[in-house]
Amino acid sequence: MESMEIAGRLQAQFPDQVLDICSFHGQVGVLIQRQQVVDMLRWLRDTPGMQMNHLMDLCGVDNAKKDEPTLQRFEVVYNLYSVPERHSLRIRAQIPEEDPCIDSISSLWAGADWHERECFDLMGISFNGHENMKRILLPEDWQGHPLRKEYPLKGREEWSGMEELLHKVETLQQFGFNDAQNQDNEKT
Amino acid sequence: MTRPVTKTLEIPVADGERNPYSLKMGPQHPATHGVLRVDLELDGETILKCTPHVGYLHRGFDKIAENRTYAQTLILTDRLDYIGAMANNVGYCVAVEQLLGFSVPERAKYIRTMVCEMSRICSHLLWLATHALDIGAMTVFLYCFREREILLDLFEELCGARLTFSYPRIGGVRQDVTRKFIDELQRVIHLFPGRIEEYETLIDTNRIWLKRTVGIGKLSGDKALALGLTGPCLRGSGVDYDIRKHRPYDAYDQMDFEVPLGSDGDIYARYRCRMEELRQSLRILQQCVDMLPPGPVLDKDAPDLVMPLHKNTKGGEADSTSYGTGIIKFMEEQGIYPAGDIYVSTEAPKGELGFYFISDGSARAYRMHIRSPSFIHISALPTIAQGELIADLIANIGSLDVVIGECDR
Repeated sequence: MESMEIAGRLQAQFPDQVLDICSFHGQVGVLIQRQQVVDMLRWLRDTPGMQMNHLMDLCGVDNAKKDEPTLQRFEVVYNLYSVPERHSLRIRAQIPEEDPCIDSISSLWAGADWHERECFDLMGISFNGHENMKRILLPEDWQGHPLRKEYPLKGREEWSGMEELLHKVETLQQFGFNDAQNQDNEKT
Repeated sequence: MTRPVTKTLEIPVADGERNPYSLKMGPQHPATHGVLRVDLELDGETILKCTPHVGYLHRGFDKIAENRTYAQTLILTDRLDYIGAMANNVGYCVAVEQLLGFSVPERAKYIRTMVCEMSRICSHLLWLATHALDIGAMTVFLYCFREREILLDLFEELCGARLTFSYPRIGGVRQDVTRKFIDELQRVIHLFPGRIEEYETLIDTNRIWLKRTVGIGKLSGDKALALGLTGPCLRGSGVDYDIRKHRPYDAYDQMDFEVPLGSDGDIYARYRCRMEELRQSLRILQQCVDMLPPGPVLDKDAPDLVMPLHKNTKGGEADSTSYGTGIIKFMEEQGIYPAGDIYVSTEAPKGELGFYFISDGSARAYRMHIRSPSFIHISALPTIAQGELIADLIANIGSLDVVIGECDR
């Protein structure tokens, strides 16, 4: 089935959820509202003829620097593919800035688990119903979400744990734990 | 390397004699293939719960890519899966070409297909070597490294680098192949089938190998697909999903090859899939050599790159911005490219390597997301390992074929 046709059928099924359908280089993206994302994706996965059973990719997008006033601040993008039918579709769920959250789809695809954690970690979008919504790539005490557009490329400060680490080294040295070089010197 | 934690966990168990304990494996454990940490809760040798922790190697490629031009980001992709770096380069170039609408000359397409398959052989050889070593078969390790060396020498002949190539370019490849390279490659193609048989003789009839792999780490096709596994891990479970066939890129639509499928979905099936893939890769290589068309290797509209070999002289002095850093003279003007978003994936040795790009029309990506197979494969580890023995966890990590550089990005 052509991607455009799938998008049309999705719109017929969920008329009040689909905001827009756009096409670029033959790939079709469907802009949707976030409320019924789980139902929509389940429909795409289970309907005969669609069978989009492979979640290729899931990622968050920050629209802060885009010149498109119709878009909300954040998006979660689902790239779906059907292994038996060989067609693909992209779903772009719109998420407002003041409440960055969306329902988790890890009940549909177990593999979405880490994708969603990564999205939370780097973009700060939380997923309702996810069992383990914690940071995954960054340390747990990290401040901020690096892929948001306002996050600077380079930081000005040292890592927050640095002082603690230096203090620890000093304490150890007080108790006679010297570094390797000193030990060598003592031996000679 | 592994150090049991003395504190016992309060997990209710039926048998009062038993005492579950926790064990932290890694991040320096030799069998975790990089800096992967796995927290285990064990009852004797049986795994009750397995929690992988990643992120030790996170370098923020997504963020860096938003601040560099498309041509500059190419060199980052070498550092994803550093075992099969060429496949990453090609995957990135294919994605950017589709996004920005560059065409590629026929000859370049064939050369790329060729280097992709060489990289697949390299990656599978290293996988076989380390996987066998993890399970305890030392000999195979040395044999595989012997052959991998030949291929790395070939890569060196081709582009001067042995691991981080950056050889493909947006719109083609950097330079043409030499006669010597083709002759050497032809020799390798004749040499390899015998060598693959050698590995199989060492392993396939080995009773210990069979006991450690057959029926271990089983996954059904549906479950593997739901977990997001791709590549040989998915095909080992019998799902026919190979991007080279489903969405052909470069010259794969003109190649005649088969996609090996397993049926059992255990470690042995994944091993068989990869061994057959080695043979199919050789077939593709032979066809590339035979059918290599003449012509240019870089499209005339390809973005202009200034290489460090030729000093970009300005009044007799080297231009400090382009000299030394390598590649940079991509058009910086705003709004010269189409704006939109695209997801393009290629069949990397480990699985589906996807790039999701959003372009706002400038020479920098507005957003780049890398769908790396290793990241998804590690997330499947708890499902596979639960209820199995700790020794099988090592075999399972090996058979998923993960590289942490690609997982953490």
